[in-house]
Amino acid sequence: MADVTRTPTDLTQASATRGGIGESTLRPDGTLKVTGEFAYSSDLWHEDMLWGCTLRSPHAHAEIRSVDVSEALKTPGVHAVLTHDDLPAETHFGLEIRDQPVLAKDRVRYHGEAVAIVAADHPETARRAAAKIRVDYAELPPVHDEESALGDGATLLHPGRADHHAGHVPHPNIVHRQPVRRGDVAAAKARADVVVAGDYEVGMQDQAFLGPESGLAVPAEDGGMDLYIATQWLHVDRDQLAPVLGLPPEKVRLTLSGVGGAFGAREDLSMQAHACLLAQVTDRPVKIVYNRYESFFGHVHRHPAKLHYEHGATRDGQLLYMTCRIVLDGGAYASSSPAVVGNAASLSAGPYAVDNVDIEALALYTNNPPCGAMRGFGAVQACFAYEAQMDKLAAALEMDPVELRQRNAMTQGTLLPTGQRVDSPAPVAEILRRVKSRPLPPEKQWETSAPDPSAPDRSTGGARGVDVRALPGGLSNTTHGEGVVRGVGYAVGIKNVGFSEGFDDYSTARVRLEVVGGEPVAMVHTAMAEVGQGGVTVHAQIARTELGVSGVTIHPADTQVGSAGSTSASRQTYMTGGAIKAACEAVREKVLERGRAEFGSYHPAWAHAELLLEGGKVVTDGGEVVADLAEVLGSSAIEEEVEFRHRPTEAFDLTTGQGFGHVQYSFAAHRAVVEVDTELGLVKVVELACAQDVGKALNPLSAVGQIQGGTTQGLGLAVMEEILVDPAAKVRNPSFTDYLIPTILDTPTIPVDVLELADEHAPYGLRGIGEAPTLSSTPAVVAAVRNATGLDLNRVPVRPEHLTGT
Amino acid sequence: MEFLRPADWQEALAAKAEHPAAVPIAGGTDVMVELNFDHRRPGHLLDLNRVAELHEWEVGEEYVRLGASVPYARIIERLRAELPGLALAAHTVGSPQIRNRGSVGGNLGAASPAGDSHPPLLAAGAEVEAESVRGTRRIPVEDFYTGVKRNALADDELIKWVHVRKATGPQQFAKIGTRNAMVIALCGFAVALHPEDRTVQAAVGSAAPTPFRAYAAEEFVTAALADAGLWDSGAPLPESLLRRFGELCSGACNPIDDVRGSARYRRHAVGVMARRTLGWVWDAHRGAHSDDEGGAQCA
Amino acid sequence: MRVTFTVNGRRHEADDVWEGESLLYVLRERMGLPGSKNACEQGECGSCTVRLDGLPVCACLVAAGQVEGRDVVTVEGLADYAARREERAGNAEFAGSNANDPASGAGSGASAADEQRWTPKGAGPGSGTRLAPVQQAFIDAGAVQCGFCTPGLLVAADELIERNARPSDADIREALSGNLCRCTGYEKILDAVRLAAARADSGPAGSAEPEEAR
Repeated sequence: MADVTRTPTDLTQASATRGGIGESTLRPDGTLKVTGEFAYSSDLWHEDMLWGCTLRSPHAHAEIRSVDVSEALKTPGVHAVLTHDDLPAETHFGLEIRDQPVLAKDRVRYHGEAVAIVAADHPETARRAAAKIRVDYAELPPVHDEESALGDGATLLHPGRADHHAGHVPHPNIVHRQPVRRGDVAAAKARADVVVAGDYEVGMQDQAFLGPESGLAVPAEDGGMDLYIATQWLHVDRDQLAPVLGLPPEKVRLTLSGVGGAFGAREDLSMQAHACLLAQVTDRPVKIVYNRYESFFGHVHRHPAKLHYEHGATRDGQLLYMTCRIVLDGGAYASSSPAVVGNAASLSAGPYAVDNVDIEALALYTNNPPCGAMRGFGAVQACFAYEAQMDKLAAALEMDPVELRQRNAMTQGTLLPTGQRVDSPAPVAEILRRVKSRPLPPEKQWETSAPDPSAPDRSTGGARGVDVRALPGGLSNTTHGEGVVRGVGYAVGIKNVGFSEGFDDYSTARVRLEVVGGEPVAMVHTAMAEVGQGGVTVHAQIARTELGVSGVTIHPADTQVGSAGSTSASRQTYMTGGAIKAACEAVREKVLERGRAEFGSYHPAWAHAELLLEGGKVVTDGGEVVADLAEVLGSSAIEEEVEFRHRPTEAFDLTTGQGFGHVQYSFAAHRAVVEVDTELGLVKVVELACAQDVGKALNPLSAVGQIQGGTTQGLGLAVMEEILVDPAAKVRNPSFTDYLIPTILDTPTIPVDVLELADEHAPYGLRGIGEAPTLSSTPAVVAAVRNATGLDLNRVPVRPEHLTGT
Repeated sequence: MEFLRPADWQEALAAKAEHPAAVPIAGGTDVMVELNFDHRRPGHLLDLNRVAELHEWEVGEEYVRLGASVPYARIIERLRAELPGLALAAHTVGSPQIRNRGSVGGNLGAASPAGDSHPPLLAAGAEVEAESVRGTRRIPVEDFYTGVKRNALADDELIKWVHVRKATGPQQFAKIGTRNAMVIALCGFAVALHPEDRTVQAAVGSAAPTPFRAYAAEEFVTAALADAGLWDSGAPLPESLLRRFGELCSGACNPIDDVRGSARYRRHAVGVMARRTLGWVWDAHRGAHSDDEGGAQCA
Repeated sequence: MRVTFTVNGRRHEADDVWEGESLLYVLRERMGLPGSKNACEQGECGSCTVRLDGLPVCACLVAAGQVEGRDVVTVEGLADYAARREERAGNAEFAGSNANDPASGAGSGASAADEQRWTPKGAGPGSGTRLAPVQQAFIDAGAVQCGFCTPGLLVAADELIERNARPSDADIREALSGNLCRCTGYEKILDAVRLAAARADSGPAGSAEPEEAR
C-alpha cells in the first residue's frame, strides 16, 4: 500500500491539436477520470491516518443539558473525542455572518447539527464510539414557518445577533430583507386593463452531488495544517479554518482534491474544521467521509420559498407594473441567505421591461434545515413564480404566451427594476423565438406499427403496437396510452453572473512560461476549484491562445497562489479565465521586452508595436516570424501573477433597492414538451429544448454539457425533487431512495441552441453559463403540464396528487 | 459478526437451526443496505450464494418451481411466457444492477408491503416452500405475509422454492412511482385471468400493511363475467364493469400517508390501474381467442 | 476473515476483513482500487458498479464474503478487459485455448495462464495509457464532467455494448437506468455510448478518429 497521499497530479495536455479558445478541446483530466485513477477527496489515503466521524442532533431544536463522552473515549481504537468545550480558539464560522458553531454549545438549532466528533482507527470504531456519547437534550418547540418565526412571542434563533443586517431588519428572525421600489405602482394599477395575481411555492431542493463531503487533514511539521479538500472556494475555507484552529492563515494550507460535483453545496464548511481539529489534537492525519444519509444533513439546501405576485397590463399586453413578496426559509444559520435575498429581489421581475415595481424579498431564521447556495441562487424561485404569472396573464389577455413575453422582453438598454441599465445584448425575444420555432417532436411515439420481433416483448401481455418505454410510467406499465395528453410550455429567465452588491469579486492567476525539453511550455496556477464544470480545460485553452504554445500544464489548485473566488455564480470562466488572460498578457509583454532587449538589433520587426505569440513563435501581425519563443525565453522562465477584477458593483439601497448591483446577466429560454397521464398524474418529459446566450463559447462541447446538466436539475425540481421537512422541522427523506433525482429513463432529449452575442465588458465577450438553464427549465415543464391538464399548479415539485386532486 | 457460507442446502439448514437469528443473504439488495447504514448488526450472516439449487428453476406441467435466489434478470429473460405477470414486475425492480442480484426469495424474506413480486404471485397463485431441519412445508402465498415486513417463516426456516402457477391466460402488472427507475412502489397492482376455471385473481401492493388479494373485487368480476356470458361471447368489458372492479379494488385498500404519497392518491391510483389492467388482460384474451378462431386481431 | 478472489485478472487475498464489509469497501480500502465510487451505499446510484462473474452489480450490495473465489472487474481493469475481449474475438487460437479452461466460467473469468498476459496499468495521462473504446468515447463525446458517476457508467455501458452491438436509444437508457449522473443530463453520455457502439461496429478499438464536436 502506497504511503503517499494521493492528490491530483499535474494535469498535462499533450495534445497535438491547436486547442485554443473556441474549440471543443478535450478535458485534461478525462483520462484519469475514465480509468478510475482521478483522486476525489473520498479516495485520499495517508499512512497513519485516522477516521473521523460526527455525532449529530436528532432534534431540530433543543437545549443541550450535558454531554458525556467518557464511554466513547474508553473505546479501544479511539484517539480523540471533541465537543464545543474542546474548541481551542474561534468557535463559530459562516460565509457572511459567523453565526454557526463548529460544534453545538448549549443548543442545537436544526436536525442534524453537529455536536461532537470522534477520531479512531477504523470508521466502524469511530461510529461505534460516537454512538456511545451520551447527550442530554431538552427538546424545544421548533420555529418552522413564517408565523412561528415572526409572530408574537416568537422564539429568537439568534437573540444576541450583531451582524450588519441586524440593524435594518424588521424582526430578529429575518436574516435580511431587500425591497425594490421604482415608479408609481398605484397609478399604474389604476391604468391596468388586466390584473393577475398568484401565490406560489417552491419546495426545498438539494444539490445532491454524487461525491460525498470528504477530505483529509494532515498536521504539518511547522505546527500548521495541510488540508486536502473538495470545496468550491479554497481561500474562504482557509479564512474560516485558521481562526478556528488558532493558526495564522499562512500556516493553514489547502489543496483542492478531486470534486464530485458541487452546485452550491460546498460553499459552506462541512467537515473541514472537524477533520482539522481532530488532526490537530491527535497529531495524526484524519480523514472524514460522509455517507449519503449524513450528506443530506451536512450541507445547505436550496431555500424553499413562498411567493406572492401581482402583475398588471394593458389590453394589448404591455406590462405596467408588478409587485411581489418573496419569503425564503433560511433555516437555522445564515449561510449565504443575504446574498440569495438580494438576488431574488433584484431579479424578481424577470427578463422583462417593467417601469413600476414594488418588490420585497426576505429570508427567515427558523429551525428548519439551513439553506444557502444552490445553482440559481434565489433567481430559480422567482423565475418559477414570474413565469407562471406570465402564462396567467397571457390567458387573461387571450394572447399567445410566447408573444406576450416577447412583447415585454428586455433588450440591451432596458432599465432593470433596480435602476441598472442592461448594457450588453439581452436577446430575450430571440431565445424564445428559437425554442418556439423548433419542430415539435412527433406525437404518440409509443405507437409502433408492429411489434419489434428482435426485442423482448416490451408491450406486455399481448397489447400490440405499444412501446411502453415512450409513455409516462415507462416499464412500470401504468398506461398503454389511456389518459395520456400532450402539453407544451415555455419559459425564459434572467440570472446574474458574478458576485454582486459591492462585493470585492476578484480572481488571481499565476502563469509561468519556460522552455522544457526544447519546447516552450506554459504552466497555469490558480486556486480555482474544478468541480466538473470544465474550468481546467478552458484555462489551458486560454493559455494556448494568448501565448501561442501547445503544451500547457495546470498546477493543482491550492492556497499557495491568490484567491480565485468561488466556483459559483457562473463566474469562473469570466473571472479566473480573465485572470489567466491578464497574466498571459503580462507574460507576453515580458517576453517581448526580453526579445527586444536581446534581439532588437537583429531584426527591425522588434520595434513594431504589434508582435504576437503564435505556434511557438514571435510573429508580426502580418505573419512574419521574428524569433522562436524558445529562443527568446532561453533558460530562464517568465512568471506573472495577476489579480483580475470585474467592474465594481454597488450595494442595493436598503429602502429603494436601487443600485448597479450585478456586473453581468445571462439569459436562457426553454420549451418543454410533456406527455401526462392525466388519470394517474404521471409526467413524462419528452423534450426540453433550450436556447441560451453564452456571449462567447470558449469550449462549445463543455458549454452544451453545462446547459444540459442545468436543464436536468430544473426538470428535477419541476417533477420529483424535494427535501420533505415535517412540522417538527425534521428531515423525512435523507436518502436517494426517497430524494429522487432524474435517472436516464426520466430525462428527455435536450437540444441546445447556443447564441454568442458578446458582452464587451467581459473577457472574450463571454457570459457565464452554469446557472441560467436551471431557471427557465422548471417553469417550462410546469407550463407544459398545465397545458396538458388545465390545472393551475402553483407549487413545485408537481406531484401526482396535485394532478389527480388527491 | 460471523459470516457463514454453507456449501449446500443441508448445511444451510443446519446453520439456520443452530443460529436462528442469523440473517440470510443472497442478492444482498436489502440486507446490505441495512448493514451499510448500521440499521442491523446481526451476530451471523448466512450467505446462500453457494447453494446451487436456489439459482435453478424447473418448468412443470402446472407450476414453475422457482429457486429462491433466481435473479429477477433471469425471470425476465427466461420465464416471460410462463410467468408473465411476475416477469413484468421483475422488470420494474430497481435497476439492471439490482435485477442481476435481487430475487423473489429475497422479496419474500423481507416481506415489505412494497415488494414488487408480491402482487403477481398473489394474482397467479403461488406457494412458498419453506424448509428447516424439522422438515418441509408449503405456505400459500396468501398466508405468507403476516404484517409489515413480517412473514410466516419460523426462525429456523429458509425459503427454498416458490411454486408459481403457470399462466393459463393473460396477466398484467403495473406499478406507480414518481420516477421511471430505482423507485419503491407507491402502489402496485397485478391481475391474472384464469380461463380454465373462468376466474380472475387480483392483488394489490403497497396500499396496506401487507400485499393482499382483492377478494371482493375478484368475486364481483368472476360473477359479472359469468352473468353476462362474456367468456363465451368474447365481447369487450362494459365500462360499468371495469369501473366497479376499480372501485372494489380501491375500497379494499388500507393505505397510509408517507413520504412517497398520500393514502388518498394510493386508493385512487389502485382504482385506475385495476380498471386498466383488467381491460388489458381481457382484450389480450379476446385477441388470442379470436386469433385461434382465425378472427381479426384486436388492438 | 480472509477473502480470496480475482480482481481485474489478478488473484488477491484480503485479510482481516470485517464480516459486515461490502465488496465496495474491500476494493476501495483494502485492495487499493478506489476507482469504484461510493455515492450512496444503497444500490440507488450505480457509482459502485462492477462486473461480478461478468454481470454488472452494485459492489456496495455484495457482502465481502460472497466474493470468495469469484471474478470481479472494476473500472481500473476495464481497458485490459476490453483488450482481451478484442483478442479473443479476433484470435481463434487464443479463443480456443481459453474455451477448454474450466476457470473461464461465464466467459469473463481469467485462468492462471491468462493472468500472466495481463499488463499493468499505464503510468498516467499522456503516457500512452490504453483505453477501452467506451472510455475513449466518454472523453471524446464530452460525457465526463465531475466524473464521479463515470466509472460505474463505463462498466455498465461496456457490458451493454458487449451484449448488444447495436443498442437503440431505448436500450441504452434502460441499461444505464441504474446509474445516476448529476452533472450532464445524460445527453452526452448517450452520445458516448452511441459513439462507442458505432466504433466497435466499424473497426478495431481505437482506430476511429475522435469526432468533431457538434
